[in-house]
This record gives sequence, structure tokens and C-alpha cells, in this order.
Amino acid sequence: MLSATNKIVKISCFCLAVLVSLFTVRAEGADSQNSDTHNEAGHEEEFVANDFILDHIRDAHEWHLWTNAHGHHVSVPLPVILYSKNKGFHVFMSFKLAHGHEYRGFELKSTGDYAGKIVEVDGHGEIRGIPLDFSLTKNVAGMLVVVIVMFLVFIRMGNMYRGDPNHIPKGLFGFIEILIIFIRDQVAIPNIGEEKYARFMPYLLTIFFFILINNIFGLIPFFPFGANVTGNIAVTLVLASFTLIITGISGTKDYWKHMIAAPGVPLWLSPIIMPIEITGMFVRPFALMIRLFANITAGHIIVISLVSLIFIFKSLSVAPITVLLVLFMDFLELLVAFLQAYVFTLLSALFIGLAAKEHHH
Amino acid sequence: MEGSLTAIGAALTVIGAGLGIGWIGGKAMDAIARQPEAASMIQTSMIIAAALIEGATLFAIVVVLITA
Repeated sequence: MLSATNKIVKISCFCLAVLVSLFTVRAEGADSQNSDTHNEAGHEEEFVANDFILDHIRDAHEWHLWTNAHGHHVSVPLPVILYSKNKGFHVFMSFKLAHGHEYRGFELKSTGDYAGKIVEVDGHGEIRGIPLDFSLTKNVAGMLVVVIVMFLVFIRMGNMYRGDPNHIPKGLFGFIEILIIFIRDQVAIPNIGEEKYARFMPYLLTIFFFILINNIFGLIPFFPFGANVTGNIAVTLVLASFTLIITGISGTKDYWKHMIAAPGVPLWLSPIIMPIEITGMFVRPFALMIRLFANITAGHIIVISLVSLIFIFKSLSVAPITVLLVLFMDFLELLVAFLQAYVFTLLSALFIGLAAKEHHH
Repeated sequence: MEGSLTAIGAALTVIGAGLGIGWIGGKAMDAIARQPEAASMIQTSMIIAAALIEGATLFAIVVVLITA
């Protein structure tokens, strides 16, 4: 059993080493996508708080680490994967598109209608179309980091329990076992019921830990953490649609019959009730999506705004107040991270339980 | 006077959220005072209700982010 975990740790370290060597840091003048101010050596640029904040919230095609004294941005380059109807698949490193350069007929627009998107341009710079963008952006890379961490931790935990069901976990694994038992006893069983909860436990545990670890990693400001994953509405849209799909799949016949008319409701009321029920079916995951996205994004915006107070006032004496406020906000954000993961999982379990409930008439 | 109506809308929504969560917190404290043994269950329900109210508030923040 010990050799199995050793093998897993060694394989994971090897994979990490391969990934790190692929994405070695480039310190060229690779500008971040949203800044169109020119950085000449020694020339100070105006600090625009709005752009600073939005840069840190938004997704980007490279992982910006820091800006050194000459105005060069040091960042981890990420691959750009495009599929265009005219030209097929293209894979290349994102720094080829830096500074608005055109490469293989593609250009990353920073202003205008297609700001922030990669568009297809023909020889004269006219926009021909928008390719499908499957790039490994900063958020996708952040998600991959979380996925690697989750594999490392949970596969190891699963192997520990396989040999000995009464194994007593130590340290971090003990804490995770507490969370897992909490989800099973306080979230899954009360909402889904004793007979059916085991089918949905993998899904509930996955979304709980995925959202929790992504929330926490989003608060840590340095590489490889700090990608605003759960604050990206596309990510929360996918998570909410998972809940929608699983709720729909696990619906019993009674659940669908109750959408037309619950027992005891006369059938002529059904044209009023059915639209309400169907919209309700879609609005509940929509609320899940908005709740998670807005909570996490709002928290990040507050922390970054407090930090940028120092730059707005241009004096270091603001720093002690800012640091205290940011410390307090970070504690609040930690609470929000746990709370939002718990509320997402609880409401998913509630919706699944409502759909999968056996009605005994 | 210059300003933005979305900002005023966001501020009004925060008033609503503050009232709602404050009401829940107050009722929870009353309940805990009546029956201290049930404190942890009441606290859990209070946190869940506060998170749901905050979800409603954040619809307004999303509207602000979209229009501004």
C-alpha cells in the first residue's frame, strides 16, 4: 500500500515537472492584453484603478507574474488553441499575439467591438470572422492546478481507506474526512434520503471540493494560485448546468407529473402552473450560478480596490490601514469561500432530492 | 451634480440586504436566548438564510457590473 502512494506521488511530481518545463517563464516585453499604454524605460504611467482591478478579475491568454523596472511584463506563456472554419486548427504560444501583432492571420484585439477576443484578419486587417477559442487561458490553467491538487489528495485518500475501512486519517486528511462526513450526514442524507443518496455523493463531493479549493486558491496572490476561476461566470454556468442536468436525469415520473399538476390541483390550472414550474426549473440553477459568481468576484474586487488605495493616494502611509483592512477582508473572504461552496452543494442536493423523491400516494 | 443611477440602485439594494440579514440575525439571537441548547442548529439555519438573501442582493450587483 505504501509503494502505491509512493508511485502516485512520483508520477504526479513527474507530470508537474513536465508542465513546469513546458511553461517556463518568459521575460520578454510581452504586454498584458488590456494595457495599451506604451512603457518606455523610466516613463511613469498613470495608475487607472478600474483597469488594474479588471485586469486581475478577467481571464487572459498568459499568466502575468510581475512587471519589472523597465516596464517589461514577466509572465508564464500559455498556448492558444483556435479552430477556424477557414483555416482549421492552430496551436501556438500566446506571446506571438502580444502587442497586437498579427500571427497566422489571427489578432488579439484590445479595443473595439471584439475587445479581448482573438479574431481572424485577412491581409488588410479587416476582420473576417471569429474562430472558436479553445485556448488554455489563465483560468483553465488555474483549474488544471486545482485538478492536479485534487487528484494528489483524493486518490491518495481513497487508497488509504481501501486497505482498511477503519483507517484513522492524520492531519490534512483528517480535516478532509470531517468535511466529507459533514456533506454526507448534513447535506446529502437529509435532502436526498437514505436510499438514494449514495448515487449522488460523488457529484456533491466533487463540486463542493472543486468550488472550495478554487475559491481558496483565488485568494492567494502569487503563482500558481490567484487565477479568478470561480469568479468567471462561464465556470459557474457550467457547474450550475451540471446541477440542472443531474436534477433532470434523476427526476422520477412523479416529479414530471407534478410539473403539470400536483395532486389535488385541478387540471384546468395546469396552463398557469406548468410555465411557472418550468421556469422555476431553470431559474434555480441560474440563481446558483449568479450567487457563486457575484460573491467571489465582489470579494476579489474589494480586496484589489483596498490595495489600489495605496496607489491612488500615492503614499506609503496609507499602507498600514490598507493591510489591516485587507487582512480583515481576507478572513471574510475565507468564510465566504467555505460558505459559498457549502450553499452551492446544499442547494444542489436540495434540488436533486426534490426531483428524486419517491412519493407514496 | 454628476453621478450614476446604477450606483444609487446598488446602494438601495444593499439597504434591503442589510435589513433582511439583520432581521434574520436578530430573530436567531432571540431563538438562541430562548433555547441555548439548539444554538448550533439555529446558527446553521441563520447562515444558510443569510447566504440565500445575499444571493438575491447579488443579482443587483451583476446588473451594476453589466451596465457600468
